[in-house]
Amino acid sequence: MLKDIFTKSNKPKKKKYATIPPENAKHDVPEGIMTKCPKCKKIMYTKEVKKNAKVCLHCGYHHTMTAAERISSLIDADTFNEINQEMTSQNPLDFPDYMEKMEKDRKKTGLNEAIVTGSAEINRHKVVLAIMDSNFRMGSMGSVVGEKISRAIALAEEMSVPFIIFTASGGARMQEGVLSLMQMAKTSTALKKYSTAGGLIISVMTHPTTGGVSASFASLGDYNFAEPGALIGFAGRRIIEQTIREKLPEDFQTAEFLLEHGQLDAVVPRTELRDTLTTVLAIHEQGVSAW
Amino acid sequence: MVNELEFEKPLVQLREKINELKTFTVNSEVDLSSEIEKLESRLEKLEEDIYMNIKPWDRVQIARHPERPTTLDYIDELFEQFIELHGDRLYGDDHAIVGGIAFYKEKPVTVIGHQRGKGTKDNIKRNFGMPHPEGYRKALRLMKQAEKFNRPVICFIDTKGAYPGKAAEERGQSEAIARNLFEMAGLTVPVVCIVIGEGGSGGALALGIGNHLHMLENSTYSVISPEGAASILWKDASLAKKAAESMRITAPDLKDMGIIDEIVSEVRGGAHHDAKKQAEKIDEVLQASLKALSSLSGEELIAHRHEKFQKIGSHSVLSEIL
Repeated sequence: MLKDIFTKSNKPKKKKYATIPPENAKHDVPEGIMTKCPKCKKIMYTKEVKKNAKVCLHCGYHHTMTAAERISSLIDADTFNEINQEMTSQNPLDFPDYMEKMEKDRKKTGLNEAIVTGSAEINRHKVVLAIMDSNFRMGSMGSVVGEKISRAIALAEEMSVPFIIFTASGGARMQEGVLSLMQMAKTSTALKKYSTAGGLIISVMTHPTTGGVSASFASLGDYNFAEPGALIGFAGRRIIEQTIREKLPEDFQTAEFLLEHGQLDAVVPRTELRDTLTTVLAIHEQGVSAW
Repeated sequence: MVNELEFEKPLVQLREKINELKTFTVNSEVDLSSEIEKLESRLEKLEEDIYMNIKPWDRVQIARHPERPTTLDYIDELFEQFIELHGDRLYGDDHAIVGGIAFYKEKPVTVIGHQRGKGTKDNIKRNFGMPHPEGYRKALRLMKQAEKFNRPVICFIDTKGAYPGKAAEERGQSEAIARNLFEMAGLTVPVVCIVIGEGGSGGALALGIGNHLHMLENSTYSVISPEGAASILWKDASLAKKAAESMRITAPDLKDMGIIDEIVSEVRGGAHHDAKKQAEKIDEVLQASLKALSSLSGEELIAHRHEKFQKIGSHSVLSEIL
């Protein structure tokens, strides 16, 4: 009898069936309770990742942040005064589908444009902030983004406080053509005026900062910082590879690559960003009269 | 104990003798305490003798001591909340020069310096403290930033020289050094420079156009290394010791020639014996300098620097000699 257990039986094997969970079982784990890191593929509680400034607990990968998340993680509570929140694009070129796409992103993000601007305090240091949000039209820069940045710079000058910009953008907004290109000039001339008046400019480049944005205000800080692993560059990797017919190194155009090539003052992990900015602001607080 | 230098050998030998006698006294019945005492007083005298009469070549050895405190050591001791800033925004980040912003006596400053490595790996990363053009361009960028925000610049000088290499020439080593001399002359903020180790030629001078220039007692400042001079003058680098003596490269020499302002005294035997104490000595001189310079306006600072460097040189008129 015992032997039978070990011998192959001639009976056909019992068929295996995949089990289909009942309809409601799918909702046992609510959407978004877990987050999978795109870099190390480990799975974590979304809550814990959020608590860690959306930085992966295992490999330090920096998940993209919305403007709202950035503001709440960075500034002193209840100090943000947004300006020009209602400003919106006019579709100057009558570009087909542009307005529909804008409407869609408005609904998706709850924002009216790819940038949020206003005054705030960081560890009781007054500043003017401009924070781009890559969830809205890939953070692309059109007339509104340019105008809002210029007005924010003007406000910083008026208030005599530092100007801090967080960049996250694919570049100029195609649907506004050459008007987008001119926003590079508009923001840069605004920064020059502010800088000549003695203003402090801090640029924090986050993933991704490319094209016309990296080639204008993002690179014009007195201090250019970047988050670890952020993609920063002018032309896209594919275009460069096709042009020079060469394979580019793995770390090409990362924040660390730029640091080694002299383009950044420092790469600052998001969890240390508030402290670093506080020190820089404190060093500039005393300014002229200190010595 | 830190590695001893050639000229300190008699001291080492005597110390060993004393220790030998001491262990002997402990292990056997013989009382040698009077001998030990004698030797100890001789040691003290010998120490005095040797350290009071340090020869130029000995100073070169002290200045090059592998344990000698570097720019980052002094930054650590003297400044608070230092944030290192990288890159020239043009080509690269040169680890042979470090710089950044910090608080000194609770006031903002920009601090820059040559950085030698510690250990083989660090030395390779920092290219043995010999900068490329991007290092000088980073330094200039930080000085201009200091000027914009009206804070003093402090430079620590410690290099064998600018790196003599192919890439350095391609990227304009001469232009980078020249540009720094030119632009530093026009800075509207106080600039205080301190030679903490070797001041090697143009590579050192490119951080050296200060309102005040100080030298640590055992540092050197010269147009070329003693080895280089010996090989140019006598085609024999082994005559470096002779060159070191003829070239007048020590702090007292430069003080005599009116090039430097203050000699910062060193811990006995050299700064490497006690970096913390050495930092305190630098602290005194640095603070006094900044205090004195802070009362000058931007224009006065430029004029002060101009006058300082216009005075340097030696010349006479032929007809008056003959």
